[in-house]
Amino acid sequence: MELELTDDQAFFVDTTRRFLEAECGIPAVRRLETDPLGYDPKAWAQGAQLGWTSLLVPEVDGGGSFSDHGLLDLVLVAEEMGRVVAPGPLGPVNVVASLLGRVGSPDQKAAVLPGLLAGEQVAAWCGARPVGARPDGDGFVLSGTCSPVEAGAQADHLLVAVECGGALRQVLVPAGAAGLTATPMDGLDLVRRFAEVRFDDVVVPADAVVGPAGDAAAEIEHALQVACTLQCAETTGIMDKVFGMTVEYLGDRYSFGRALSSYQALKHRVADDKVVLEASLAIATTAARAVATGRPDAGDVVSAAKAWIGPRATEMVQDCVQLHGGIGVTWEHDLHLYLRRATVNRATHGTPEEHAERVAASKLGATA
Amino acid sequence: MTRDIVGHGGPAGGQPADIEPVDAFRGRLRAWLPGNLPPEPDGAIVRTDERWAHERVLQRQLWDGGFAGVRVPREYGGLGLTEEHRRAFDEEAAGYDLPFSFNVPTLGILAATLIDAGTHEQKLRHLPAILRGEELWVQFLSEPSGGSDLAGCLTRADRDGDVFVLNGSKIWSSGAYVADYAMCLARTNWDVPKHRGLTMFIVEIHQPGVTVEQIRQTDGTTEFCQEFFDDVPIPVSAVIGEVDDGWSVANRLLVHERMAVGGGSPYTAGRTSKHEVGDDGAELVDLIRRRGLEGDPHARLLLAEATVRSMVGGALIERLTAGMARGTLPGSAGSVMKLYGAESVIRRAEIGLELSGEDAVAWPVGGETTGARLGMHSLGRQGAALGGGSNEIQRNIISERLLGMPREAAADRDIAYRDVRRSGR
Repeated sequence: MELELTDDQAFFVDTTRRFLEAECGIPAVRRLETDPLGYDPKAWAQGAQLGWTSLLVPEVDGGGSFSDHGLLDLVLVAEEMGRVVAPGPLGPVNVVASLLGRVGSPDQKAAVLPGLLAGEQVAAWCGARPVGARPDGDGFVLSGTCSPVEAGAQADHLLVAVECGGALRQVLVPAGAAGLTATPMDGLDLVRRFAEVRFDDVVVPADAVVGPAGDAAAEIEHALQVACTLQCAETTGIMDKVFGMTVEYLGDRYSFGRALSSYQALKHRVADDKVVLEASLAIATTAARAVATGRPDAGDVVSAAKAWIGPRATEMVQDCVQLHGGIGVTWEHDLHLYLRRATVNRATHGTPEEHAERVAASKLGATA
Repeated sequence: MTRDIVGHGGPAGGQPADIEPVDAFRGRLRAWLPGNLPPEPDGAIVRTDERWAHERVLQRQLWDGGFAGVRVPREYGGLGLTEEHRRAFDEEAAGYDLPFSFNVPTLGILAATLIDAGTHEQKLRHLPAILRGEELWVQFLSEPSGGSDLAGCLTRADRDGDVFVLNGSKIWSSGAYVADYAMCLARTNWDVPKHRGLTMFIVEIHQPGVTVEQIRQTDGTTEFCQEFFDDVPIPVSAVIGEVDDGWSVANRLLVHERMAVGGGSPYTAGRTSKHEVGDDGAELVDLIRRRGLEGDPHARLLLAEATVRSMVGGALIERLTAGMARGTLPGSAGSVMKLYGAESVIRRAEIGLELSGEDAVAWPVGGETTGARLGMHSLGRQGAALGGGSNEIQRNIISERLLGMPREAAADRDIAYRDVRRSGR
């Protein structure tokens, strides 16, 4: 999180935090473990009322933000959700809402945005990797599989990248489309649901294409940047929370007649974790600003954040498990809930290695 | 202890509010720079005797042009302007050759400490001279008996009428052989616990009784020095702060040190570090191309890792220096920056070595090859984890002062320093 928030942002964070703790906290996560949706629709709609789904959408389309850049407000929500590993499709809904706000047609906006903004409907983004498509009159026929897709089986609308004749597009497909199947998957996170989404000759009309005719590579890249920015913010929320829990625990727990926090071997590890935490918060914030302000190197900054935060978050939380001792590997303790989310965030929307390769490619050019 | 540095914004040193608007200042500077400062030389700047002399001239140029000491109070020769003006200076002057060596430690650490803790007379005498390029300063803190236990210093200053008489030795002062003055921490009272018997002095370096020896380091450089003091008389007027209260002065100095090393000092002009090897990745890119490793996935990942480390480091410095300047983070947060920076130097050196392969082992006679530089650089890499407080000390500071964990047990607390057990006795 930014060290300095505006008054509006501080109020927003405070409201969001109190709501999350009351409605979407750890007890809710444990309760929803076997729930097919993985979130409470009523709580999600209330979150939407707080602004969780409207920050990336322009005011004329029913959205609005607290600061000049809605993404800088939205990362505050993501970070707070990380602190309680909250349920709810924050990433996918906002990626789709953002794209529609940017380049959606009036009809697409009217058909999809009100439901997303009210929290009554959900959208899924099938990722940056395109599925194959062939032309069919003015429209396309899609064939291929996307997996794992967050909220894929919960979504009313699916945004999917397609490649047709060498050109990239993004198309919006309704959940009920013939030939579309979203099969729920089991996964690491207790409440973040993923699905395998199959397109078996799914026919989509020309007006399902989001954005101007031509190459959608830039919009797909922007969607990826937004998704990764939110993911990084959520992970830093996890890291900050787990770090705080661990420092407190070390102070409370005694062995050999002294607090664990008095042992230099442990103090030095905690100091190293603190460096990793601050560095992660810093690059997550820088990435959010780069994407929000459209910096030309935003893709590099986001990939640096993904490459840095992913492995360090899991390493840091695992170290905190170690510092907690045996209780840290029990189901009863909350640590594993944080570890699950950090691990999921590390590997989705590109692994750290894939993002490192993006950084290398911007220095060396792509591999032959 | 949180607000222990000059805040951003607002005129420094209680100057009147009728200050030059930032845009006007910027415009004046932009017009002045091209005709008065040369462009920054390419590549790493090697601090030869000529370079040191050249930087004194550059500092004098800034003074004559009316641009020296943007945030130093006006009554001491500075411009008394705000952090915004200083940032404008850094932005406009980027790419010009600046007196970089004046930044650390002279301006960022020692002038800063003098501004905080010096007497009016001391400031009047030295601050304008520093800004005119006439005085380079160094710090005499570490001793051969140990650097981490700074307050355990053995160099002594014994009162004799109007003077203190200095005896002992200091070490790891960078560039002392070309410098003019030092801030020197010495023991003035052996009958009290260690922190309470120290005094900070201003010491003129080039005078009888002071011997400066350059230390040859593993990479062949000789910038670090050791000094020996043999009955050096120090006037009472050269005491900074109170007699026996040198530890609080030293602590202010250390706060400024961590700020300045991290690039967040209010008093520096332009960047504060020499180019680190492999810092911007350009050197590694050259190496990869020359060795034909562009398609090697492992080499690409190493390059990405070095690049990401630099980007994260920049973000971290920005976050922490802003927080410290605003007072939302304590000065001890500087240790986070310091530790990250040292680990980056080490990791980059390792990456450089790995990408160099045998190029780091042997090269054509007299060849200034990248492999030669990276190989040599890797030998001295631990210097970054030792100088300015070792990584271990930074970890103590982070855990104890920043996170409030219990302090290490110490066998010298509340004991007269003469009774404390020391190495070799």
